[in-house]
Amino acid sequence: MRRPERPGGSRLKPTPFDYSAPGSVGEVLALLADEEREAKVLAGGQSLIPMLSMRLARPGLLVDITRVPGLDRLYADASGALHIGAAVRQSRAADDPVVRDGWPLLAAAIRRIGHPQIRHRGTVCGSLAHHDPAAELPAAALALDARFVIAGPGGTRTVGAADFFVATFQTAVAPDELLTEVVLPPRAGDGWAFEELARRHGDFATVGVAVTLRRAPDRRTVAAARAVFCGAGPVPVRLPAVEEALTGTDAGAAALDAAASAALAGLMPADDVHATAAYRREAAAHLLVRACTLAWERCS
Amino acid sequence: MSHGPSHAPQQPAPDGGPWTGRPVPRVEDDRLLRGNGRYVDDVALPGAAEAAFLRSPHAHARIRSVDVTAALAAPGVVAVWTGADVAHLPAMLNREELRTPPGLAELLDPYVAITPMPLLATDKVLYVGQPVAVVLAENRYLAEDALELVDVRYAPLPVLVDPDRALTEGAPLLHDDLRDNTAVAVATNVGDPDAAFASAHTVVSEEFQAHRYVASPIETRAVSAQVDPYSGELTVWSNTQTPHRVREATAHTLGLDPERVRVIATDVGGGFGQKGILYVEEMLVPYAARVLGRPVLWREDRNENLTASSHAREQIHRIELAADAEGHLLAVRDRITVNFGAYNMTGLVVPYNSVCHLLGPYRVPHVDIDVVGVLTNTTFATPYRGAGRPESVFAMERAMDRLAAELGLEPAELRARNLVGPDEMPYATGLVDRSGKPQSYDSGDFPELLRRAVAKADLEGVRARQREGGRDGRLVGIGFAMYIEATGLGPFETARIDIAPSGRVKLAIGAPSQGQGHRTSMAQIAADAIGVPFDAVDVVGGDTSATPFGVGTIASRALVNAGNATHRAGRLVREKIIEAAARRLGVPADGLDLREGVITAKDAEKPALTLAELAGRAPLPGTPEPTDGRHGTELSETVHFRPPGFAVSSGAHAAVVEVDEHTGETEILHYVAVHDAGVIVNPMIAEGQVTGGIAQGIGGALYEEMIYGPDGQPRTGTYMDYLVPTSSEIPDLDLDEIHTPSPMNDLGVKGLGEGGAIAPQAVLANAVEDALRPFGVVVRRGPLSPSRVRDLLRAAGRPTTAR
Repeated sequence: MRRPERPGGSRLKPTPFDYSAPGSVGEVLALLADEEREAKVLAGGQSLIPMLSMRLARPGLLVDITRVPGLDRLYADASGALHIGAAVRQSRAADDPVVRDGWPLLAAAIRRIGHPQIRHRGTVCGSLAHHDPAAELPAAALALDARFVIAGPGGTRTVGAADFFVATFQTAVAPDELLTEVVLPPRAGDGWAFEELARRHGDFATVGVAVTLRRAPDRRTVAAARAVFCGAGPVPVRLPAVEEALTGTDAGAAALDAAASAALAGLMPADDVHATAAYRREAAAHLLVRACTLAWERCS
Repeated sequence: MSHGPSHAPQQPAPDGGPWTGRPVPRVEDDRLLRGNGRYVDDVALPGAAEAAFLRSPHAHARIRSVDVTAALAAPGVVAVWTGADVAHLPAMLNREELRTPPGLAELLDPYVAITPMPLLATDKVLYVGQPVAVVLAENRYLAEDALELVDVRYAPLPVLVDPDRALTEGAPLLHDDLRDNTAVAVATNVGDPDAAFASAHTVVSEEFQAHRYVASPIETRAVSAQVDPYSGELTVWSNTQTPHRVREATAHTLGLDPERVRVIATDVGGGFGQKGILYVEEMLVPYAARVLGRPVLWREDRNENLTASSHAREQIHRIELAADAEGHLLAVRDRITVNFGAYNMTGLVVPYNSVCHLLGPYRVPHVDIDVVGVLTNTTFATPYRGAGRPESVFAMERAMDRLAAELGLEPAELRARNLVGPDEMPYATGLVDRSGKPQSYDSGDFPELLRRAVAKADLEGVRARQREGGRDGRLVGIGFAMYIEATGLGPFETARIDIAPSGRVKLAIGAPSQGQGHRTSMAQIAADAIGVPFDAVDVVGGDTSATPFGVGTIASRALVNAGNATHRAGRLVREKIIEAAARRLGVPADGLDLREGVITAKDAEKPALTLAELAGRAPLPGTPEPTDGRHGTELSETVHFRPPGFAVSSGAHAAVVEVDEHTGETEILHYVAVHDAGVIVNPMIAEGQVTGGIAQGIGGALYEEMIYGPDGQPRTGTYMDYLVPTSSEIPDLDLDEIHTPSPMNDLGVKGLGEGGAIAPQAVLANAVEDALRPFGVVVRRGPLSPSRVRDLLRAAGRPTTAR
């Protein structure tokens, strides 16, 4: 499909592109292999379409994956892991009872994304594959130990969250590959919290943090801690010093102070028009304390 | 969104009382809410070519060469023009705005540099976004494709963004024919300020900065044009606030008789001043339509609107207040620097507004103000809702709070001690107003405004809460700010009223509407003046063919000027109707009355004549009454209303905020606005205007800033980075009003379109500083983003904030 020919009939002005809505992952991969046209995957389009309109992205071919049978699957498998297909919309994932019961952190992170209209169109995998480091989902995925299933010309491979996010707007997914699903292992019983600061309701986080805490069998100490910051670097940031400061403690004031100090010392965010690096560091440390307090209360 | 003043939900059912003062639902809304608005982009022009502008990527550069060969060969391209192709057209000037009123010229002898703007840049570009070439193509996509093929070679020049630097000796010149980068300069004083400062008990000196932000109308600019092949008339559809000025400028640019140009501003999605000036695109589109012999359309995209439509607000105030031991102001001194951007578009308008609104509602015996406007390599700055007043109010009201702190006085008490009283009206400030006359406040009750704001904001209660201390790092603060606004700027506005044969009233006014609801409020005024039902009045605004003269809807002037023109025209038509009815009925005119469209004899029981019977049936049904041209019997009148002086509106705002010490976030707990705009024609529209103004003011106070890098590149060119508040960010507003009628016009009205936007930056900065008072923080600029608030706290020694 070429651009509309009607003069004055449209509001957007991308460079010319072709559009295809294939019916299988195989066809998607075949189209993505077309190097000449610089194909780009289109799912919810919430980041891609504005970039096209501003001519910041100039693909020659958009491959719409929302009509590929099977990519819209959202389910927990026999082992209890959650599978989210590439075409699953964010609002559907956040509203799904299985997700809300088993992965409340994911549901909470999604509710921080934009506005309902955006979540109705945007997909979980699309946000992950786009990888804006200020976005909520990459941080949540890293906090939840997500695994990424990637289909490509050489077959299907699985990449862990630690290796998936490479740099701003860059992931382990190559141009000729498709992120077909993200898989979240069961984390039953973990306490969780997603806290963020945004300039306005629905904006990308100025800075945010996803936390999970697990109580030890004695119920008094932290057996495992995970804290992942968004808006604090070119990728979602995990700081071992923060997690070590929490693990084995009672999650009390001293532990939280130590964790906050570790965050202040370890985070190296950037300045931008919304906030200074110093602000992001301080605010991240504050959010970390808030999130840990909440997560500890939520541990079962 | 608002808890407004308690106007009961009256239905506008005629009960014999006037239409003025009723919250009549806007007749515009049904159509607009159903999607039946007609904006420029909705006007179907079959076969229209679309324009796209190539804009400078450099803030300051020489153009070495422009090659359009490849662009011309691109598919669907009709024409590609560069500066050289349109250099024969006169460069653009906002002549009206650049004219110094005679009184002002005589008394203050201001300097105004004239910087005509070429329709397309020829040898130099002066800001990022300046139009360098235009492509006309079958549609916008093809035009954008071709734009990429225009090859421009630039030689970058040193860039000036900071106005102080632009004024230094040896700074690079933006305009080679000027002696320096000064755009305007004017100084004024009253009394003996030096002596007053020398003898003062307390002097505060501060530097406050009003930051740059922009109007962001929901509809970006748009213009289309067509030469009518039948009449030869050039019709221009523009979402301008000043269609008659666009007509004059278009005719001048194209070398046409103004009567051959018709400018129509239909529905407009917000103007706020940004659409109140002339732009080069507005001249080039009609030119293209004539040259190409086909309709041409251009609509601005959001990136263009943010970076290349006019900016506003950037000022530095180096302000000093002198006071006695009780806090009575003795003198004010202010050195104001206004960043004009690359061209002097509107001369003294904004700087002089800043000068003559600085003192606000306060009595100041000695005054020393000078203002300089500076040319820099940024987008030109022009009036935006408030137009120089929010900037001055920010400086003055911040300085008042600093003075209160210095004297250990409650800020509201300091204000109360300095207010001009209602018994002093009309009050002469000693300054000269914007039209060149001695400045006079015609009416107002400033102490009552403040009393109400203090009571509604519960100053006592907030102080009690503060004494209890903040919880979890959340600190409460309260701030006040007051302002006056000289509204109803002349020189005139036109209203023409015709009674149609059906008895319906046609009202044409020179001032178009950008959402102010003129079709409703002007109809209320006309209905009262004539004596017809409200829904018998049809209002046309913004069509130069409907009124040969007109100025526009800017400067909080439409209700004062067009409203009073309508009122007078209505009264005159009413007299004509009654005289005609008297002739028809063979009774004396003074025995007749006209109400709700029915002419009755005062001593008779039943209706004598309806307006339709009078206007449409004389002497034979459907024929006009014979006239010989000398004794006009047509039921029509045209009035050009010239205001004798400014109608001065005023207001007091108060805000209670909670600032989170850890995150720097500011939450508005309570926002109070008490305003006085004289007689209110439609309370619902008035409330909407005040609410919208406050929302834009809160945007400037907390969210919006147009940021430039030192290289002159705008850094907030999309809505990802330029943060306009949404309804989620605007709290419920607590509105109240008093009404001191203006003696400057028959209706007693004052303008209120801008008022809401004037105080919020000052009031929120005062409230945030009040909240952070325990740490000795001084707020000197906005927007008060969480990051900036944390910067202030960190600088004040509150670095770690984890818990």
